[in-house]
Order: sequence, then structure tokens, then C-alpha cells
Amino acid sequence: MYTLDSRSSSMLAKTFTRQLRREARAEGIFRNATLFCAILVLVLLASIIISLIYGSLPALKAFQWSFITREKWNPVTEQFGALAPLYGTVISSLIGMLIAVPISFGIAVFLTETCPRWLRGPISTGIELLASIPSIVFGIWGLFVLAPILQHHVQPWLIDNLGPLPLVGKLFQGPPFGIGLLTAGLVLAVMVLPFITAVMREVFRMTPQPLKEAAYGVGATQWDVVYGVVVPWSRTGVIGGIMLGLGRALGETMAVTFVIGNAHRISASLLAPATTISAAIANEFNEAVGDLYTSALIALGLLLFVITFIIIGAARYMLLRLESRGGKRP
Amino acid sequence: MAKTTTRTMTKAAQCFTLAAVASLATSVVMAADISGAGATFPYPVYSKWAEAYKQQTGIGLNYQSIGSGGGIKQIKADTVTFGASDKPLEPAELKESGLVQFPMIIGGVVPVVNVAGIKPGELLIDGPTLASIYLGEITKWNDARIAKLNPKAKLPNQAIAPVYRSDGSGTNFLFTDYLSKVSPTFKSKIGANTSVEWPTGIGAKGNEGVANMTAQTGGAIGYVEYAYAKQNKMTYLQVRNHDGKSVSPEAKAFQAAAANADWSKAEGYYVILTDQPGAQTWPITGASFILMHRESKDAASSAEALKFFNWAYTKGGDLANSLDYVPLPDSVTKLVEQTWRTSIMANGKPVWTGK
Amino acid sequence: MKGLKRRQIVNLLAFTASTLATLLGLAVLCAILWTLLSKGLSGISWQLFTSMTPAPGSQGGLLNAIFGSILMTGLGILMGAPVGMLAGTYLAEYGRGTRLSMVVRFINDVLLSAPSIIIGLFVYTMVVLRVGHFSAFAGSLALAIISIPVMVRTTEDMLNLVPMSIRHGSAALGAQPWRTVTQIVYPAARSGLLTGLLLAIARVSGETAPLLFTALNNQFWSTNLNQPMANLPSVIFQFAMSPYENWQSLAWSGALLITGFVLFLSIAARSVATLFGEHDTRAE
Repeated sequence: MYTLDSRSSSMLAKTFTRQLRREARAEGIFRNATLFCAILVLVLLASIIISLIYGSLPALKAFQWSFITREKWNPVTEQFGALAPLYGTVISSLIGMLIAVPISFGIAVFLTETCPRWLRGPISTGIELLASIPSIVFGIWGLFVLAPILQHHVQPWLIDNLGPLPLVGKLFQGPPFGIGLLTAGLVLAVMVLPFITAVMREVFRMTPQPLKEAAYGVGATQWDVVYGVVVPWSRTGVIGGIMLGLGRALGETMAVTFVIGNAHRISASLLAPATTISAAIANEFNEAVGDLYTSALIALGLLLFVITFIIIGAARYMLLRLESRGGKRP
Repeated sequence: MAKTTTRTMTKAAQCFTLAAVASLATSVVMAADISGAGATFPYPVYSKWAEAYKQQTGIGLNYQSIGSGGGIKQIKADTVTFGASDKPLEPAELKESGLVQFPMIIGGVVPVVNVAGIKPGELLIDGPTLASIYLGEITKWNDARIAKLNPKAKLPNQAIAPVYRSDGSGTNFLFTDYLSKVSPTFKSKIGANTSVEWPTGIGAKGNEGVANMTAQTGGAIGYVEYAYAKQNKMTYLQVRNHDGKSVSPEAKAFQAAAANADWSKAEGYYVILTDQPGAQTWPITGASFILMHRESKDAASSAEALKFFNWAYTKGGDLANSLDYVPLPDSVTKLVEQTWRTSIMANGKPVWTGK
Repeated sequence: MKGLKRRQIVNLLAFTASTLATLLGLAVLCAILWTLLSKGLSGISWQLFTSMTPAPGSQGGLLNAIFGSILMTGLGILMGAPVGMLAGTYLAEYGRGTRLSMVVRFINDVLLSAPSIIIGLFVYTMVVLRVGHFSAFAGSLALAIISIPVMVRTTEDMLNLVPMSIRHGSAALGAQPWRTVTQIVYPAARSGLLTGLLLAIARVSGETAPLLFTALNNQFWSTNLNQPMANLPSVIFQFAMSPYENWQSLAWSGALLITGFVLFLSIAARSVATLFGEHDTRAE
């Protein structure tokens, strides 16, 4: 019934071969397209690094290692040193992490242990919403809401009560500006909080139930289990999450620019204005006159990229090790 | 349900692509706006002018107030039609970059403070004291040196928070130039330029940023172009001028500073108006300049820009006065028009044809 | 027993502390949202969506900024999402287990968390300087580059969730891999891919730093991709730092708009995931 004469069958065979060839060609195109895009990611990173290095060359050649050790930033005499932005970046991020990590830890513990199941969803949504808020909103909130509170209430208290103390007091000197290193650190803390919380929660969740139950079985309290089982088990992941948060804090621009005070100066006091690498670039790039000035700013960018690359790379590596143990990539 | 979502998504994607393509297509037909960037000093008057000009002619002036330093950089890089700077470039630099410079408007830089209980114009300050504050030598409002100038004022025991320009700024240049003229210590330690190394205080971006930061921070002192102080009802200070008289900032005082300037002799119109003599002179006055290329890359945009400037010279006086800026006298604008005719070219022909 | 008592006290303290921490986190969220609403809501009016950004002291709205943001975000996603999706497809389909995919995945994760201002610098040197002026196109390009790692990550994660058996079934029927991927796997991972797209859009919408040196800003209406274009984040940046009340009010309203949009997208992404039964995904 379905017999074909030789002509039709050869035509059919030709159509099939034609279709097969077309399929194969399409396969080649598609496959190469995906490969191309994948390699594009690498090319992108390489291009960024190359363009940053190329742009920084004049400054690096002019200052060499002293660029990293000098505080001077004088666009007039064209003397540039990255020490002040570096200091501001590191200290503000450190303050942010010091505040955010314990709180994130608390929230993660709460969400995985204490929280009633029906509340878990809404609260974690809430924390995630905090993560979605654009950083510029944190910046203006910091400037218009947080800074006045700090200036009129918190900072005077700090200066009066902690200022006179022998060692610690050095951190709380100076007029209450409202903005400065401490304010920037606080805003950063609020920004990285959701990220660290999310990672910590993920890794805490991955702790195998039998392990925890065994601990309960020998009479451990909930906190004992968290402290003695969950945290050691997820140690790598927790550290990875913290480092991710640190990487983010180091690179944050908009939140910090509003409240850091834009002073290329290093002072011991946390209440003093300072600058960070990204704030310096954001504020000065469009106005930098002269090749050396522009190059110095790009060199700052290169520094920032190197630092964040190392920290984020290490963090990702740690999280990778955790993933190979059978968890979900946070 | 999923199927309809996919269908709506595809429809949405199609609509969007259509819109993007349409806008790409229309973008080719769009009339060019004039693009400029630079000083924040004249920004209030430029933006008022731009608004009125757009209403009258339909042509928009897209001016980005990113600071004089930015304006100089952008015009040198030829990314805008004109740059604006309160610090005039010296003739050598103009020649090197192939730029033409001319003054546009005159205004005054005014110290403003945020001290509880002090009203606008209540406090008097003089150059050396101002310099000492910014050098970090005077740190409290009830310091003897300030009290000496203001025996009747109630000065609180509050820390002074100096606010300065963190971006490259002509306003900064005018302010530091004045302080350098009245205080040798300031001159040697800090100097006069669009961007300097301040030993103390907080940095803010643009005249706007300084005004905002001063208003936000208790005990702050800053320096802004007068329109900013006026528009935002800030507490400005009286300053003792070169002749020893106390003057308040206003158009009359700025005009007095400009009265003796001889623009015709200055190459590139390089004239600095700080610390000028005269009983009514405001000591921190300055002109704001426009920079354009000698060889215009885009004759049409340059012509439009010059038309706008001409309109501002001839018709923009009232708007400028309303903000206490001082329009340039006719004698100067005529000189400038001559400069346009002879110096701004495109393909060998002058861009400005006189309307 | 003494040890137990002590441990129980510590337990109580620890969990009080953790509850307090959570309350603190939520309180901050509420504080920020409250500030946004109270300062920004008053500016929400018909005029906000119909007038252009004004001169200081004059009345106006944010129309050109809203349009610019939508256009540049849309164009950025249009350019970046396909690239990201294809790269993610490579990682999940063709490159499974290969050295290359390991490297790409690692580099991608690094790019994901890299400071966005660096991307802005990169596009400035590559495009703005070469072309000679700021442009909306440069801004879109910067946004595209930012969206790529997000898309790569979510695409790979979502495609990995599709069971291998589906692919095997398709192959058994004689389909080439590309057919399997486009006609079987993509539809199966549809909701996850949509989630990823929404997250990328949310991420890109809030970015300011990369636009500062690429698209700059524009006081007026412009649809010209080859010229500076207004955008919400830059306008907020400029207006918030100014002393003018009308500008500050517009800045807050703009911030409310962006936040509302981003929150809406995040919630939409989450509900897409739950609606279609996938477990949630998070791209940092």
C-alpha cells in the first residue's frame, strides 16, 4: 500500500538527506553560537583587564609603587597617591562587615532554626527585598535620614563618651559631620546584609539532618547544634559568603558616594570624612583634566578590580568546594 | 496558562523590538540639541536661559553642570559643542588645545554658613579669617578672631565644618584665588586652582553639593555662587573687601568689581576679578567663560550654540538680573562677536554669520 | 546539671539575639521603604509622568528620564540577554564537564560580583572616547555587559534542573542537540528562564555608576541613541545632591519609581518560580 516506485523513493531519500544536512548545519551554527558566547565571557574579562591596565600605564609609570603608599592627591601639581582611597575602601568595608556579619548570622540562624515555618517565606522575602533595593536609594537614605540622626544624636554621644578613652578614643575624635567613614560603613552594612544572610541561610540549610539529629540525641540544645554542628559543617560556605559580601562592599559606589565626605585624607577617627576608590572615581572622573589625572583614576579602578577579583575569586573557589560536597550553588 | 504567558511574552517582545527599531529610526531624523558641559557657577542662569530659549525657538540646550574641570576636559576631548569654565584658560593653553574663550556672565562667590541663630548677612568675615578657617587654624565658631569681627553676634561653642568642592571647579578657583591674595599662608600651603588639597573639611560635588551639604550639616561653612545662596535662602556672610569696607553680596557689588576690568587688552579675555579695589566691590567676583574649538567639527551645532549665546547676550539680561548675575556690558559683547567672526571656523568659513 | 543550665541560658540568649537581629533587619527595611514612600509619594502625580526634568525651581516631571531608563534597560537586555542565555546554554548542554566550562563559570561568577563602576570605565574607554561623545548606546552597552553574567548564571542553573531523561528521549527520536535544546529543554525550563530574565532586568534597572560616564544625562527629551540620554539613576544622583527642593522631591519620587519597579520584578520572579513549581533561585 505504501510502496514507492524508484523515482519517488529516491526523491524522498533526497529530501531526507537534504533535511538531515540542514539539521546538521543548523546544529553547527547553534553550537558555535553558544561556544562563541561562552568564550565572549572570558574575552570580556580579558578586555576589561587589558583596558584598565592600558589606561593606568601613564600613572603607574609615573609613580610606580609609591602610588599605593602615598596619601597625596593633588590634581594641580599632578601628584597622586591611592593610599587615602584604599584606606577608606578597606575601613568602610570592614566596618560594614563587622556590623553586618553578626546580624546576618543571627538572621540566618533565626530563619533556619527558630522561625515558624509559615513565617519563613515572608521574612526571607523581606530580606531579599532589601537586596533588590537599588544602591542609589541607600545612598540618598544615608544622606538624608541616617546622616542627620548620626550628626545630632549618635556622633555627639560617641565623641563625648568614647572620645576621652585612651586607645579607643582616637577612633571617635572630631566634629560631628554626620557623614564620614562610620556613616559609610553603616550604609554598607545595610547593603551587604541581605547577601550574606542569603548565603549563610543556604549553607545552613545544607547541613545534613542526621548530623543534627545525632547531636540532639545526645542532649544538645538548639544553640549547641548551631554552634557545634551547623557552623563547623558550613564553615567553608560561611566564609565564602562573608567574602562575597566583602567583595560587594569594597566595590559599592553609589551608596558610599553620598555619605563618605570626599576627603583625600587619612585620619584615625572614624567620624572623619574620607574617600573610597569607587567614590573617588565616581566623583572625579568626568572632571579629571589631564592625562595623568585620568590615568590615576583608572589606576584606582585597576586596583579595585584586582582586590575584588582576588577576594571574590577566593570566595567563589570556597563555595565551589562546598558545591562539590553536594550542595546547591548559592 | 503557561501557553498564554508564552504568547503574551512573544507579543510583548515583538512590540518592544518594534518600538526600539522605531526609536532608532526616528533618532536619525531628530534635530540636534546643543550640548555643553562645565561650570556649576552659571548653571542657574544657563538653565533659566535654556528654558526660555527652548520656548521661543524649540531648540534645547543640554547643559551638564559637572564642574569647570569637567567642562574643560569634555571640550578638549570634543565630546560636547561647548565647555564652560569659571577659571579662564591661559592663552598658551588655549593655543595648545585650539580653543576660543569668551566670557558669558559675571557672578559672585559667597560664603554661606549653617549656624543656629545666625541670620543671612548678620555675620561679617574678612579674607584672612576665612583663610584660617579653611586652613584648619580656626575650629570653633566662638573663636576670638570671629568674635572680634562680630562683637554683637551670639556665636555658639560649635565646631566649624568647612565644606569645599570635591570636583574640579572654577568656583573653587575663584575662592582659592581670593584667599591666596589675602593670606600668604594660604597661598603657600594650598594655592589657587580648580582643585586643591584641603587640609580639613568635607568635599561636595558642584555648587549644588556644597549648598546642600552646608544646609545639611550643623556648624558648616561653604562657598557657593550667589544664585545658589539666594535661591535656597541660605545664610550668607558679609565680607570685608580690599578697601576695608563690609559689603553684602548683590548685583551692585559684583558690577563694581567688574567696572575696572579691561577686556580688550586681555588675550583670550583672561581677566580675574577677585580682590578688586572699590568701596562697593564684592571681593570674590568672577566671570564665567565659554570654550569652543577654533576648528569646528560640527558647523551646524556650533552655529546653533553661537545663536544661543547671542540671544543670551541681547535678550537674556532680565533673567540674569533676576538671579543677581551681572550681564556683560555691550562693549564687551561686541568684542566677543568680533572674536566669533574671526576665530571660530568650519572648513575655512566662519561659523558665525551674524544672526 | 550546672552545665545544662548554662547551656540552656546560652541557648535562650542566642535565640533572643537572633530574633532581635531579624527584627533589626526588617526594621531597617521598613525604615527605608517608609522614607521612600513618605518622601516620594507626594511627588507622584500625573505631571511626573508627562513633563520633562525641570530647571531648578521650576515645575516638571521625570518623563525623559523614565523613557531613557526604559529604553536603555530594554536595549541593554536585548543585547545582553541572548548572549548570556547562549553562553549559559553552552555551559549546561555542550560544555558539561569540560575544562572550558569550568573556567567560564568561574570567571562569570567573578564578573557577577565585580564593581559596576569598572564596567562604566571600560565602556568609556572603549566606546565614548573612540566615538567622541557620550551616548545612550554606550549606556545600553554598559548595562548589557552587566546583564550577561546574571543571564549566564540563571540560564545554566535552570537548564541544569531539566532532567537528562528528557534530552535522552529527544535524542532517541533522532533530534539534533540544537533541536532538543530549543524545542524541548527551553520550554521545559521556561519559567526558570523567565525568572532569570526578570532578575537581570531588576539588577540592571538599579545601576547608576556605569551610566555616569557613558550615557551622562540630558535635560530634555531625546530619543537619539547617539547622544546623551536622561536616565532615572543619573537624575536622582544629580537632583538628590542639589539644594533645590523641587529637585530633591523629584529625586525621591524617582527613587520610589525605581525601587517599586525593581521590587515588583523581584516579586514577579519569585512568584513565577513558585507558580510553575520550581524551587527558588537567587542570582546575587
